[in-house]
Amino acid sequence: MAEKRIADKYDRDFLLKLLEEMVIIRRVEEKAAQMYGLQKIGGFLHLYIGQEAVAVGSMAALDLKKDYVMTTYRDHAHALVAGMSADALMAEMYGKATGCAKGKGGSMHMFDAENHMLGGHGIVGSHMPLATGVAFKIKYLEEDGVVLCYFGDGAIHQGAFHEALNLAKVWELPIVYIVENNQYGMGTDFRRISAVHDLYKKGCSYDIPGALVNGMDVLEMYEATKEAVARAKEEGIPTLLEARTYRYRGHSMSDPGKYRTREELDEYRKQDPILFLKSDMIHDGLLTEEEYQEIDKKAKKIADDSAEFAENSPDPEPEALYEDIYV
Amino acid sequence: MSNKINIVQAVQQALYNEMTLDETVVVYGQDVGVEGGVFRATVGLQKAFGSERIFDTPLSESAIVGSAVGMAINGFKPVVEIQFMGFIYPAVNQIVSHVSRYRNRTRGERHLPMVIRAPYGGGIRALELHSESTEAMFAHIPGLKVVIPSTPYDTKGLLISAIRDPDPVLFLEPKRIYRAFRQKVPEDAYTLPIGKAKIVKEGEDITVVTWGAMVPDVQKAVSTIDDISVEIIDLRTISPMDRETIVESVQKTGRILVVHEAAKSFGAGAEIVSVVNEKAFLSLEAPPTRLTGFDTIFPLPRGEKHYLPTPERIAKKIREIAAY
Repeated sequence: MAEKRIADKYDRDFLLKLLEEMVIIRRVEEKAAQMYGLQKIGGFLHLYIGQEAVAVGSMAALDLKKDYVMTTYRDHAHALVAGMSADALMAEMYGKATGCAKGKGGSMHMFDAENHMLGGHGIVGSHMPLATGVAFKIKYLEEDGVVLCYFGDGAIHQGAFHEALNLAKVWELPIVYIVENNQYGMGTDFRRISAVHDLYKKGCSYDIPGALVNGMDVLEMYEATKEAVARAKEEGIPTLLEARTYRYRGHSMSDPGKYRTREELDEYRKQDPILFLKSDMIHDGLLTEEEYQEIDKKAKKIADDSAEFAENSPDPEPEALYEDIYV
Repeated sequence: MSNKINIVQAVQQALYNEMTLDETVVVYGQDVGVEGGVFRATVGLQKAFGSERIFDTPLSESAIVGSAVGMAINGFKPVVEIQFMGFIYPAVNQIVSHVSRYRNRTRGERHLPMVIRAPYGGGIRALELHSESTEAMFAHIPGLKVVIPSTPYDTKGLLISAIRDPDPVLFLEPKRIYRAFRQKVPEDAYTLPIGKAKIVKEGEDITVVTWGAMVPDVQKAVSTIDDISVEIIDLRTISPMDRETIVESVQKTGRILVVHEAAKSFGAGAEIVSVVNEKAFLSLEAPPTRLTGFDTIFPLPRGEKHYLPTPERIAKKIREIAAY
């Protein structure tokens, strides 16, 4: 194994940023899970824990002044990386008036227009044509932007996936489709319901490049996305990236995850994206254990503070039911 | 033999009975096989009947419903599950374009003995698409039956009727009360007529028409009123609607309140009020009235209590109409 693998290639601040983002996402989500357990958060809560490298690595290739992201209901990470405060995120999960969507969107519908995070979306695959439309606007206005459109392995079997990819190719749009293949559509192993197991190969159907990426490796995610983004911006060629990843938790908080083995989960925990980067950085002399503990402490404080902020925030007024809707 | 079961168990039992009695009954949908469904409505069925007759699908509502049509016109009785009613929209193309009109399109040569099951409604602290009640949207489609039970006994009898029905039935299950209470239900198969409302409680002064998860709330409201005689009708089938039962009741009471959790405008309540106006106009002693969800997006938990009609609001409205 080559020495100083990542230190030669990346600058320390960049790597620290990736590490910090992943740790913050994890700690905030753990806090959310805890608050869900205490019934502070209602409805459904879909956690991203285990998949952090996908959003963090891929979005590191973006300039969100010009670029956009759009994703599914497993959307906390994308919102945080885009720049949403943990306070606004947590308050939204609580359904408080101070949430990013005034407490009307909830966990599945994070939205931050200012930071070009155009939403989490509750219905599998339904947002893919929307993201394609955003890419159309970028092209039409001759802007220098790109759209990252995230979705899960379940979305591949929706018509909207196929309709969107076809349009993106025909219209030569600056968009990168990222399938976050965490291998289970709710409780169903994707291999049992997908004719094709290498999902990136679906790009062939629309004559666009497809590539498999290790979704547990934040730097691999970054590199693959950077390449796809350049291709989208410079040549108008969309890409389908398959990030092979794993969620440690159930589909949602109400899912005990009995459909998979303890061994399988442990196997993926060994490839944990945070530990991966952390140990590489320590190995290369870019980080000490003490510095990591400091990062973790900061992340925990951000998480704790966000819950306190949400707790102390007001409920939306009943009248808010009739705000922001045509009636 | 009978056992005490809740609504979700009644669904499971109905499926079990019909799969036992009729080999042409097949069940499929997302997570219904190995997992037994996210609400556990199909638990144990794959073990009992094998993965040829009950199996998992991809997240492809359009193909789930569309493929059921192909099977149903060729001798099968598919019972497909849409995991939440809010996930049904990709399948609306199939429902409107094919499911509801196949009998007519083939001039009666083919019909569709198929059932689409979906949990519907709010009150489970979810929001938006996971909580909405859009039964009126589907009741508006000619050729499609829309059934909503409110008790374990009715659930089992109506689901078995739906499976045996020669025409397509959208069977909407009130997920808020899936496990709310138990009732004695016969273990063997039995049927209840689709298109027939049930008078839950007889009364003389005012008729309240409701269905699904609102039925217990109306009962609760009425239990707080002892000076007005309220007749409660559980509609049970939205379409075809049991107009006779409603009209006869209003001819007796002269007053009607419709309670549903779906948004008010263009809802099933509007249809019921129209029927009353057309058929019982001269009996009316107060304006036919609706108490419903609001014309807005279903809110998060903190707004839920404001959105759904509560027993308190229902009781207040009953008093208002009675005093008109």
